[in-house]
Amino acid sequence: MSILHVEDIGIAFGGVKAVDHVTFHVEKGEVFSIIGPNGAGKTTLFNLMSGVYRPKFGKVLLSGEDVTGREPQELARRGMSRTFQNLQVFFRMTARENVMVGRHLLEKRGLFAHLFALPATARQNRESAEAADRFLDRVGLAAYADMPASAMPYGALKRLEIARALAAQPSVLLLDEPAAGCNPVETEEIERLVRSIADEGVTVVLVEHDMKMVMRISNRIHVLEFGRTLAQGTSAEIRANPKVIEAYLGTHGSKEASVACR
Amino acid sequence: MMRRLMSNRLAVPAILSLLVVGLFFVMPSSFYLRVAALVWISALAVIGLNLLMGYAGQVSLGHAGFFGVGAYSVAILPAQFGLHPLVSLIVGALAAALLAFLVGRPILKLKGHYLAVATLGFGILVFMVIGNEAWLTGGPDGMPVPRLVLGDWRVRGGEAWYWITGALMVVGSWIAVNLVASPTGRALRALHDSEVAARVVGVDVARYKLIVFVISAVYASVAGSTLALVNGFITPDAAGFLHSIQLVTMVVLGGMGSVLGSVVGAAVLIVLPQVLTAFHDYEHLLLGFLMMAFMILLRAGIVPSLSAAFAGRRA
Repeated sequence: MSILHVEDIGIAFGGVKAVDHVTFHVEKGEVFSIIGPNGAGKTTLFNLMSGVYRPKFGKVLLSGEDVTGREPQELARRGMSRTFQNLQVFFRMTARENVMVGRHLLEKRGLFAHLFALPATARQNRESAEAADRFLDRVGLAAYADMPASAMPYGALKRLEIARALAAQPSVLLLDEPAAGCNPVETEEIERLVRSIADEGVTVVLVEHDMKMVMRISNRIHVLEFGRTLAQGTSAEIRANPKVIEAYLGTHGSKEASVACR
Repeated sequence: MMRRLMSNRLAVPAILSLLVVGLFFVMPSSFYLRVAALVWISALAVIGLNLLMGYAGQVSLGHAGFFGVGAYSVAILPAQFGLHPLVSLIVGALAAALLAFLVGRPILKLKGHYLAVATLGFGILVFMVIGNEAWLTGGPDGMPVPRLVLGDWRVRGGEAWYWITGALMVVGSWIAVNLVASPTGRALRALHDSEVAARVVGVDVARYKLIVFVISAVYASVAGSTLALVNGFITPDAAGFLHSIQLVTMVVLGGMGSVLGSVVGAAVLIVLPQVLTAFHDYEHLLLGFLMMAFMILLRAGIVPSLSAAFAGRRA
């Protein structure tokens, strides 16, 4: 049974079919990438999967359970976590606090204990802070722990979102362009990070424009164009697919992609 | 050293305790103690409103409504049912909580200006009910509030109320800093910055907005009850629109997301008009001018702006 199953899903905005009858399934522990030109519906698809948008038709199954149209916080409870293409960082909080929010569902949430600072709250805060420091260290941001997020550089914020998502200990992690706007060194770091996340058994669904990274890292790739499925397959299959080359990779892109895999 | 002191959660209640105790010894007369008591009472309501506005980022232009519920509870319940004022205060707080829960569920789905208008409507509604139900509330003329009697002690005089209101304010600040530094507080601050990011890590945004709305209503209600007991009389103005605006102004002036700022904002807006009476006809002109100057020069509010400037100079 696949861990994430998207079946015939779709949504329209004012007559524009942003995502139109898209079907795929993601197996446990694999890196599954969604690529396509700008405006192909990749982020919309993410929003449908993570409950931010309610699909007009189609179904989403998480670990075999129908979760179509469920709220994001419910999906989080069932083990889904995500990052955002346009940064959604808690800018008024420190890096550590950002990641501590990622522990929300694992925290004891008794309001009475919080209001009156019972010992359990201090214990919980310590636990969450320690966990947050572990995840910050994992993404290479240990040095930023006490810095307000508003003072952190862009590349670091990208990784901060990943740390926050990981802190929730998800079984399925959706990463929306984690390497966008990053320099080659940072991109390589993120690639290594994604690899190590997948190696721990976390299923990764990736939207990314960096073709070298996508081709190297993905077990399977799903190509979208104008909200529809254009192709699906392994890196090698996608690279060789004439439709994909024409619509998206172009001659330059396919060269880049094949260089990446040499 | 200073930074470590400031980063401690308990620094703010400690500073406020010292302030309450220290001020007592420099107050020249019982008139000043009365003004200070009014500051502590407003500060209590403002701390609660700041939890909602400054931390969770949700506006309320009707918070005086909850203030009014508390104020009229200690007036009506003893008169109608013979309840002890303290019991009435607690019943009032529970009533405000229930009201906030019922009102908050539908209107907290709204955002920004829409939420502002909806809360404004709620405040006006409470004000109108109090003004119209004269058989119960005395109508626009207001009604007397029985004195607070604790055992053999008839609580009266500036000094007694100074200590009681000061202690209440300090406890209120302590509860507020506890909340802010807890998992609940982090969830509230998170949804302020990005609701969608908070939701995808599992924060039930609607529930947390409701929680902080109810908590801030309880703060306002307790403050309202206390003011009524101090004054011995209450009029519908306590629940009025102008009072709601005054509370919001105190939050913004003192500093959004600052417990200490809440007290400073309340102090400025209560003390300043008293000081400015020396200018007679120009009193309101000067007050307006000073408020604009504060916001232009200290745009993050008095406490956050000054502490940022202070930190910057040392760095």
